[in-house]
Amino acid sequence: MKLKSIIIAGMSVLALGGLALPAGAQTFKFAFQADAQSLDPHSLNETFTLGLLGNVYEGLISYDKDMNRVPTLAVGWEVLSPTKWRFDLRQGVKFQNGNDFTAEDVVFTWERMGSEGSDQKALAGLIENITIIDDYTIEIDTPIPNPTLLNDLVTMYIMDKEWAVANNATKSSSPADAGRDGSYATTNANGTGPFMVESRQPDVKTVLVRNENYWGNDSIATNVQRVEFTPVSQAATRVAALLSGQIDLVYPVPVQDWNRLGNADGVSALTGPEARTIFLGMDQARDELLYSSVKGANPFKDPRVRHAFAFAIDINAIRETIMRGAATPSGLMWAPQIQGYNAQANTPHPFNPDKARSLLADAGYPDGFTVTMDCPNDRYVNDEKICQAVAGMLAKVGVTIDLLAQPKSQYFAKVLAQGGYDTSFYLLGWTPGSMDVFNVFNNLIACRNEEGTVGGFNLGGYCNERIDELSRIIASETDVELRQAAIDEAAQILKDEAGYIPLFQQPLSWGVRDGVSVAQRADNVLDLRNVVMP
Amino acid sequence: MIDSLRRFFAGDLWWSFRSSPIVVLAAMTTVSMVFASVFANFVAPYDIFDLTQFNLMDGLKPPFWMERGEIGFLLGTDDQGRDVLSTILYGSRVSLTVGFFSVIFAMLIGIFVGLVAGYSGGWIDAVLMRIADVQLSFPAILIALLVDGIISGLLPDQAQGELAIYVLIAAISLSFWVQYARTVRSSTMVERTKEYVQAAQVIGLPKPLILFRHILPNVMGPVLVIATIQLALAIITEATLSFLGVGVPPTSPSLGTLIRVGNDYLFSGEWWITVFPGLALVILVLAVNILGDWLRDALNPKLR
Amino acid sequence: MLFFIGRRLYQAALVMLTVALVAFAMFQYVGDPVSNLAGQDTTVADRELLREALGLNDSVLEQFGRFIFNAVQGEFGQSYRMRVPVSDLIAERFPATLELSLVSALIALIVGIPMGVYTALRRNSWLARSFMTLSLIGISLPTFLIGIFLILFFGVILQWLPTFGRGQVVDLGWWTTGLLTASGWKSMIMPAITLAVFQMTLIVRLIRAEMLEVLRTDYIKFARARGLTERSISFSHALKNTLVPVITIIGLQIGSLIAFAIITESVFQWPGMGLLFIQAIGEVDIPIMSAYLLLIGFVFVLINLIVDILYFSIDPRLRVER
Repeated sequence: MKLKSIIIAGMSVLALGGLALPAGAQTFKFAFQADAQSLDPHSLNETFTLGLLGNVYEGLISYDKDMNRVPTLAVGWEVLSPTKWRFDLRQGVKFQNGNDFTAEDVVFTWERMGSEGSDQKALAGLIENITIIDDYTIEIDTPIPNPTLLNDLVTMYIMDKEWAVANNATKSSSPADAGRDGSYATTNANGTGPFMVESRQPDVKTVLVRNENYWGNDSIATNVQRVEFTPVSQAATRVAALLSGQIDLVYPVPVQDWNRLGNADGVSALTGPEARTIFLGMDQARDELLYSSVKGANPFKDPRVRHAFAFAIDINAIRETIMRGAATPSGLMWAPQIQGYNAQANTPHPFNPDKARSLLADAGYPDGFTVTMDCPNDRYVNDEKICQAVAGMLAKVGVTIDLLAQPKSQYFAKVLAQGGYDTSFYLLGWTPGSMDVFNVFNNLIACRNEEGTVGGFNLGGYCNERIDELSRIIASETDVELRQAAIDEAAQILKDEAGYIPLFQQPLSWGVRDGVSVAQRADNVLDLRNVVMP
Repeated sequence: MIDSLRRFFAGDLWWSFRSSPIVVLAAMTTVSMVFASVFANFVAPYDIFDLTQFNLMDGLKPPFWMERGEIGFLLGTDDQGRDVLSTILYGSRVSLTVGFFSVIFAMLIGIFVGLVAGYSGGWIDAVLMRIADVQLSFPAILIALLVDGIISGLLPDQAQGELAIYVLIAAISLSFWVQYARTVRSSTMVERTKEYVQAAQVIGLPKPLILFRHILPNVMGPVLVIATIQLALAIITEATLSFLGVGVPPTSPSLGTLIRVGNDYLFSGEWWITVFPGLALVILVLAVNILGDWLRDALNPKLR
Repeated sequence: MLFFIGRRLYQAALVMLTVALVAFAMFQYVGDPVSNLAGQDTTVADRELLREALGLNDSVLEQFGRFIFNAVQGEFGQSYRMRVPVSDLIAERFPATLELSLVSALIALIVGIPMGVYTALRRNSWLARSFMTLSLIGISLPTFLIGIFLILFFGVILQWLPTFGRGQVVDLGWWTTGLLTASGWKSMIMPAITLAVFQMTLIVRLIRAEMLEVLRTDYIKFARARGLTERSISFSHALKNTLVPVITIIGLQIGSLIAFAIITESVFQWPGMGLLFIQAIGEVDIPIMSAYLLLIGFVFVLINLIVDILYFSIDPRLRVER
């Protein structure tokens, strides 16, 4: 009896499920390697989480498919003084619950981003004050002249004040409040964007449906009515799901599977250069390396040793084999898509093992030495394999590498500030969130300060005073040419000193079912506005 | 010595061994795989620990009979340009070392606990067997995962690569000892009541002497059978742990690590990176299992 | 009887506490959760605040005490990564694991028992020998290899079966099931087989060994002497007596099914508890890991208890011993 009633219940649910979907509706299914951690747009400053939420929430400005800034919730702006900007807001925009979007919501969002549990406090700190002129005009004051403010505003997703107040979600939810009061926005969303969250089972499935009342419905390309997003962590399973036709788009796809996708019917690999630069860093701060056979001295303090390492590494060989030709060798710490990039300055370090050996001999290490290399094994494209290859190449000039490859959580716990920069030699990748070069200087290249606000990811403690001066100019110089001159000078110093060894930009690697048209953005964000189903 | 050998060759065991071609084949396979991996330094075409012997540009070459294959790399090369045959030989060495030593340690722990529990009885027996019960109710793989996690947590990061093998041995032996303990205990309880033990007690021999000189040899038969079967299980457990990524690192790979690394290339057409180590693993385990199976039946007089 | 159960319960509680302590101690070393909870622009000071808010700066003993105190009240805390209560997550994932385990246990039994009986009765026939060889191969194949090759063959090359997930699931409110839809069943096939192979071979070998033992006992010889048919001897006498120990071991094996499900679920991206656990390890989601181990510990203790009680009531000799 009981079983029967369960079956009937199940069948009626089935029937309902069938009815809910209008005939001819376009359902787009995609898989990524992880899930968004939260639906709260201010609780985690991470590319995928913000990328997914960018379909539900919107900022004043957003990127189009070519990473050009386009007016979104702001229709125009004007620089009143180096530290004062005026924005005109779009009128007639409604949140998904029907509330009107006004200047109040912008101010509320900014305050929320600065609240205790927020992970976007750094972003909120770029703004000193927002003044409401009228319902659709605001003025933003910045503490210092900020040439990249427009880029920074892209990930400032506007939340409805009334909705947040009504649901006790006025503060950004931190992981510590999960499941308690105030975490409503973690599991519910209400933006102005073209898609609404229909249901969500963390790590299993998230379903989005089209927002019929979206203000920009006429200007976006997509014909998708319903989106099913499944996180699939294993790369092989992800590729298999695409090959067997269960999924329309998967990413990332391992570079070695590109051929397979190309040869298979009905699917293809969609690839392009990503803005993430992969590089090697060396501890230049300590007087003695933590993990090395050299005692009483730090070989990496000698620029000859750093250059020798750079000469020993055959970037092209890594590109050809491990990356299957799909990487862009780089001489800079930032990619061509980044504001401030100068193609003339981008010459990858040449490969010359003989030079490497003679430099090592000059520096007093004719027989090389041993050093431990820290490497993540689940963070970047083929990261562990790259480290293994680097170890092999250094072995040929006499340097022995003890490779310590770990999952990203353990790796970052060890090498980042909270682990005390516990590394001698490491591999890291970086995409500046603002898509501007200052972010790179501020986080990776500038000398570390006491508070950890500058150079927080300068794990090797590289420090050059002239670069620091230039970095301050880059931060606030609004004249494009002067700023570029400062960038180029700093890049040259960094190269002459071999402060870092940039390797390449890793590729974007998506797998798409034929007939589905998507735009692959250089920041590896899938914007559903650009997805067109056959 | 010669005498006992002669007795062995004249005995039932040898006869039952010779009369089954599959068992002979399994024994030959096991012996040659053990031999090849122990002497991997001499047998393998390349030394996979000497990074200067490999060239990244040789990477991903297929086996020699395929297009683009080279006779220098019989079974092809992996992503780093390492010779797959050599990695398998060195990898089997790691797998066999882990399997062999974890079985030995599990056996030592199990025999000791079993003898003590079975001979002493009382609360010592109760406590030891309770622990054994608890542990037996958890699958070995889960225990090994836990032990592995704890030990590698206690070690400094830096040492983990070098010590990974020892950690695995400890984890697997600590999850495998119970079966020996139970078997030895029950045999010991039977032996304890026999006349020869009582006689030894009467003439005042010390307890350890009675346990190890007199009782132990009489309970070793079943222990050896369990050991053979568990050797196969231990090899699989090691492979599974390495596959899940908590085993040995790719720089000093075991068969499980090789399969995990090769798994990345399964769809891209470079099947040899994962299929050959996979085959080697299955063949090795199968051969050991056949031996264990045969040994169990041969030593069990009821089935003869 | 009551005393017996009481004592086992007390022991069970001790076991659970040990499991909890061991699991918890391990988690101190698996990495720093905060590095996954903060974006790359988050300052060191803010990271430190987050550590403090999560209670990660308290002493291990304090954290453990808090954990146990909450766990006893059925409160396992919140997932760091997914930011929802762990108890919700487990309730969401439990049906997937249980359905997978049950279906594969069923496959193992339905295929395994007849094969075991046959190999014991016709010990020297070629079919029995090939069954035994098959079962040896089954034992020698690691679970993850079976999964990988099934996916490659049936999923990618032949494209017959879905390679991941549960397919379409029906939500009954208190339970989600994949057993009511065709796509659910299709998705179930490969993971269930992968998980079943090892159990199946175990059952074949177990039944065979037990049957062979029983067939030699005096009362079977006596039954033969009485002139009963071979058929009736094999099935009503021998098999029946074989089943008691077999059932026990199968009961215990359900526990190991759940554990092996970790591997199967991660190969097939099956949204069950094993996958939840293995991903939690990667992301250092401590509350999930602790809750999972406690739950699994609880399941094992429970199964053991049931098996003990069953034994106790089936086999009267045990009552005297206690």
